[in-house]
Amino acid sequence: MEPFVVLLPLFGALLAMPLGRMAGPRAAEIATTALLGVACLYAWVLFFDVAVGGNARTISLFTWFQSGDFYADWAVRLDTLTAVMLVVVNTVSFLVHAYSIGYMHEDDGRPRFFAYLSLFTFAMLCLVTADNFMQLFFGWEGVGLASYLLIGFWFKKKSANDAAIKAFVVNRVGDFGFALGIFCVFYVFGSVRFDEVFGAVASNAVVTPYGQSVGAPIRELTITFLNWDFHALTVMSVLLFIGAMGKSAQFLLHTWLPDAMEGPTPVSALIHAATMVTAGVFLVCRCSIFYEYAPDAAALVTVTGAVTAFFAATVGLLQDDIKKIVAYSTCSQLGYMFFAAGVGAYGAAMFHLFTHAFFKALLFLGSGAVIHGLHHEQDIKKMGDARTLLPLTWLMMLIGTLSITGVGIPGAKIGDMPLGFAGFVSKDMILESAYAAGEAGRAFGYFAFTLGLIAAVFTAFYSWRLIFLTFHGPTRIPEEVRKHPHEVPAVMHAPLIILAIGAVFAGMAFYSDFVGSKADKFWNGALYSADDHAPAHAPAVEAHDAAATAHEAEAAHGEHHFPAWVVWAPFVAMATGLLAAIYQYLRGDPLRPGLLRPGGMIYAFLRNKWYFDEIYDFLFVKPALKLGRFLWLDGDGKTIDGVGPDGIAGVVAASARRVVKVQTGYMYHYAFAMLLGIAALVTFIVFRLGGGQ
Amino acid sequence: MNEIAAQSLATQPWLSLLTFLPLVGAFGVALRQMLAKRDANGEISAAEIAQIDTVARNVALLFTLGAFIVSVFIYFAFYDPSVAGYQLVETAEWLGGGVSYKMGVDGISILFVLLTTFIMPICVLASKTIDKRVPEYMIAFLIMETLILGVFCALDLIVFYLFFEASLIPMFLIIGVWGSKGTKELGGVVMSSRVYAAIKFFLYTLLGSVLMLVAIIWMWRYAGTTDIPTLQQTAFPEGAQKWLWFAFFASFAVKMPMWPVHTWLPDAHVQAPTAGSVVLAAILLKMGGYGFLRFSLPMFPLASAEFAPFIYALSIIAIIYTSLVALAQEDMKKLIAYSSVAHMGFVTMGIFTGTKQGIEGGLFQMLSHGFISGALFLCVGVLYDRIHTREISAYGGLVHKMPFYAFLFLFFTMGNVGLPGVSGFVGEFLTMVGAFKANSWIAFFAAFGVILSAAYALRLYRQVMYGDLAKAKLMAIADVDARELTMLGALLVFALFLGLYPKPALDVFAPSVDLLMSNFDAALAGAAGAP
Repeated sequence: MEPFVVLLPLFGALLAMPLGRMAGPRAAEIATTALLGVACLYAWVLFFDVAVGGNARTISLFTWFQSGDFYADWAVRLDTLTAVMLVVVNTVSFLVHAYSIGYMHEDDGRPRFFAYLSLFTFAMLCLVTADNFMQLFFGWEGVGLASYLLIGFWFKKKSANDAAIKAFVVNRVGDFGFALGIFCVFYVFGSVRFDEVFGAVASNAVVTPYGQSVGAPIRELTITFLNWDFHALTVMSVLLFIGAMGKSAQFLLHTWLPDAMEGPTPVSALIHAATMVTAGVFLVCRCSIFYEYAPDAAALVTVTGAVTAFFAATVGLLQDDIKKIVAYSTCSQLGYMFFAAGVGAYGAAMFHLFTHAFFKALLFLGSGAVIHGLHHEQDIKKMGDARTLLPLTWLMMLIGTLSITGVGIPGAKIGDMPLGFAGFVSKDMILESAYAAGEAGRAFGYFAFTLGLIAAVFTAFYSWRLIFLTFHGPTRIPEEVRKHPHEVPAVMHAPLIILAIGAVFAGMAFYSDFVGSKADKFWNGALYSADDHAPAHAPAVEAHDAAATAHEAEAAHGEHHFPAWVVWAPFVAMATGLLAAIYQYLRGDPLRPGLLRPGGMIYAFLRNKWYFDEIYDFLFVKPALKLGRFLWLDGDGKTIDGVGPDGIAGVVAASARRVVKVQTGYMYHYAFAMLLGIAALVTFIVFRLGGGQ
Repeated sequence: MNEIAAQSLATQPWLSLLTFLPLVGAFGVALRQMLAKRDANGEISAAEIAQIDTVARNVALLFTLGAFIVSVFIYFAFYDPSVAGYQLVETAEWLGGGVSYKMGVDGISILFVLLTTFIMPICVLASKTIDKRVPEYMIAFLIMETLILGVFCALDLIVFYLFFEASLIPMFLIIGVWGSKGTKELGGVVMSSRVYAAIKFFLYTLLGSVLMLVAIIWMWRYAGTTDIPTLQQTAFPEGAQKWLWFAFFASFAVKMPMWPVHTWLPDAHVQAPTAGSVVLAAILLKMGGYGFLRFSLPMFPLASAEFAPFIYALSIIAIIYTSLVALAQEDMKKLIAYSSVAHMGFVTMGIFTGTKQGIEGGLFQMLSHGFISGALFLCVGVLYDRIHTREISAYGGLVHKMPFYAFLFLFFTMGNVGLPGVSGFVGEFLTMVGAFKANSWIAFFAAFGVILSAAYALRLYRQVMYGDLAKAKLMAIADVDARELTMLGALLVFALFLGLYPKPALDVFAPSVDLLMSNFDAALAGAAGAP
């Protein structure tokens, strides 16, 4: 039965196009949405069975790879980590399918659109249910394909095609690392299956890499990688993380995500906010045991996440395209998840992933409703006072914003449960974990905490800026649009309302399971913590560990006592950003120059997104194209051909002008001569030399 | 009684029957042409020519399909995939002096036999647009099939060499006679581009072959036989191995083709008719990789191990260099041809790692490349038949008019990119797994191919398929017809099946690869222990 939770969307993907052809687009829409509805319900059933009920299991279907000991199955692995992803993916996907029925109703390519959406969902589910690195990679690349197809869905637009290719190629840069990571895992462990690999790390088994005569306990093992000796787990973890950086649009490999907004808005909500881009976080959490014993790699994750959280938030401050703001915000929130994972708070990372899926999908679908309602306008500077035109959408966006900026009551708890919107609960958890990590001496804990706080100020500012410029203040919407706004139909509102409920309550409702008192039982070993497995027979080490890193267990169980300023800091950060936004956008002309004057250096720097696109174009894209041309014309053409065949052929041609000119009629003669030549040569040799034997 | 019957059925010369079956078809076509009715002036009427053409097409299709059915029958009835050694072996006295006619297959060759018989009917179908000298064309293809099957089945060096060399000739003719138009100036002589391409193809391959022949003679003098299984057991002196290795390398590297002897391939592909390109890419290139596995590794293990770093270097250069070159191409066929060179780089890299994953990955990559690049050349052919140009810039926005074609082309583009789930991924990934075991640097550089292949393949697809349908010539373009759908659909089924479930193919390779590796390792260990 379990495989159907993965396969139902695939059936939808396969059915959509034929159904669309035979019975019209509506049939395709209803079929795919209904199949996902069933898959979604089933995912929740499995969630309560696996995560809450503790029935983790793996169903192997059949062998995919088998070459010597390189072995991988097609499987459905169900543990809590998978179960969480299952509900996130299927729920958001179902809601996005339903929403798209309304949003895409004017588009001719609807069956294709729904086929792609369902294909994406299938690939994403393959990714999260993998029990080995190969199936994970299959899903990983599969979601990349679906993302490519959906970003380029409006294939007439050049910008959409460019963005699609950019997304695929930049992701491939990440996959470069991911693939090397898998090679490395296999080289060291002789297996790519999670149970065997993670089992070996858990028991600190002695492993012998291929071709080596002496093994070592895995946590101490060093291997030669590119002629240097490295700690094996660190190499693997870093390489896998490069893959995660690509998929989750982390600093340096983030450039594709804002461009990906060329795709239809429901796609942005599903793929580029709630699910696909979180696959990197999932990967790091899945491999948590690696990072627990590879502190340098974990530090890299922390730094990258913190820098991304900060960087993307700064760029978000000055964007005018409503979708790009939300895109940079996604990038930034993913940064939070990563540094949480980097400091060892995997539960908090997954918790934020979970809540983020609700409020970010809500914000995207809400933005879609705004765009839809205002006749395909995306520039928030051309909006204003849309609240009166789209009241329900305004309310939804408001809830999303309250959630993402982290509105709640610091320190207040009812029993175990904190009080606040979903984003508040999970983001506070992350910041506190980072602070605790810093306190415990974990690398870059304070660094992440600080950048996370600054980013929280910016998050509040750009989120409220979006709300104020779009929905409040004097209107800049053209007269004719104002007369006929398209407040969206019920099929689009219903998903918004469901997501809004999640954006408000998901944090409070699931706090105790994800990071609170029930966390150990909930995760049931799916996330690994080195502290819980400190060797009992080494009391000195244990004492040290307990002193140094017990923060996480405590933080996770809410027992840790933070200074009041740490508890209040995120709230103050949020309030600062909100007040600044009110000051700038609710008083007087909202479009007047603010602190950063247009034309200034910082303004230009931020507007141009830190010039990443320009730098990459200059460093990689243009040289690659130039080099390709050079190698072709000068390498192949002038050098190899010039010296080799053309030189010889030229001589032959020049000495036999007549023959060559006659051309095709003589081809047969050549051929016949060749045949005779071969036969004669062989015969001669065999008989002359053969006689000598 | 039944057992005896089965026994005697199994010992029939099946491989010879299969190999020479297409040749019978070629004779049939030739005979029909000779018997053509002539009028009083000795001219053949147009109606008669049309009839001969039809007969030639039908006979060719019949015999290639027949060969396919026979090969499938042989595989399922008589081939035992769990056996490592040669099977279906048949021997006949031939020239004496240790040279006999010997055929046989093992896990390394059997799937290439099946690949050949599978691709050939598709090539005949793809040749519908050929309208000049149809009987000769079909004869060339049928003869070529016999020669290629001979290459993969031969178990005697001289027999192998004859097939190997002779297979050049029909291909040379197909490019030179049925190739595309255009001229090229060289050495003060203006010649048609297809003749240039044919001669370039010929010169390159001939050069390699001459050296191989010399080596074959030396080996025969040394061992007193040209029996391949015997030679594989023969320990050649270490010094001699190096020279022999290089002689064989010269021939196989050109066929593969490896950098820097690859420049004949883009020209040959561009000039060849569609079906010619398909055979070239899908099968002829594989003779190089097959040769490395059949001769270089088992017969010259010490030299193979010693020169492996040299092969790695050439392979990596091939992967990165030709991928970059592919990025700059303006001609669809050239782009795919260069990408073929890059993909073959993975094969040579994998084979010479001497690891199980590397060798099996190399074999699998060759098989998969047969489906995918064959299909890509067919895809180009579909457009060329309609618009008569291969210039990428002449197209754009075809997705509006050709939805089925768009899907098929996208599928094979993704196969070329090495997307998991399509067969292209399996081979590429396994060869890199093997390479990482040998040295992480190799895998590191090879993995750049993963990025670059995405760039050039998607660029091609975007420029041809996406965007606005603006060019006047393209307005009336028709989607794929039933014939094209059949050809591409058949290839798609295999590429997808082997992508999701490569196990059957890998299981066929495994016993023979294990045997090859254990002999290889034993030879190396023996040499290490000797001094």
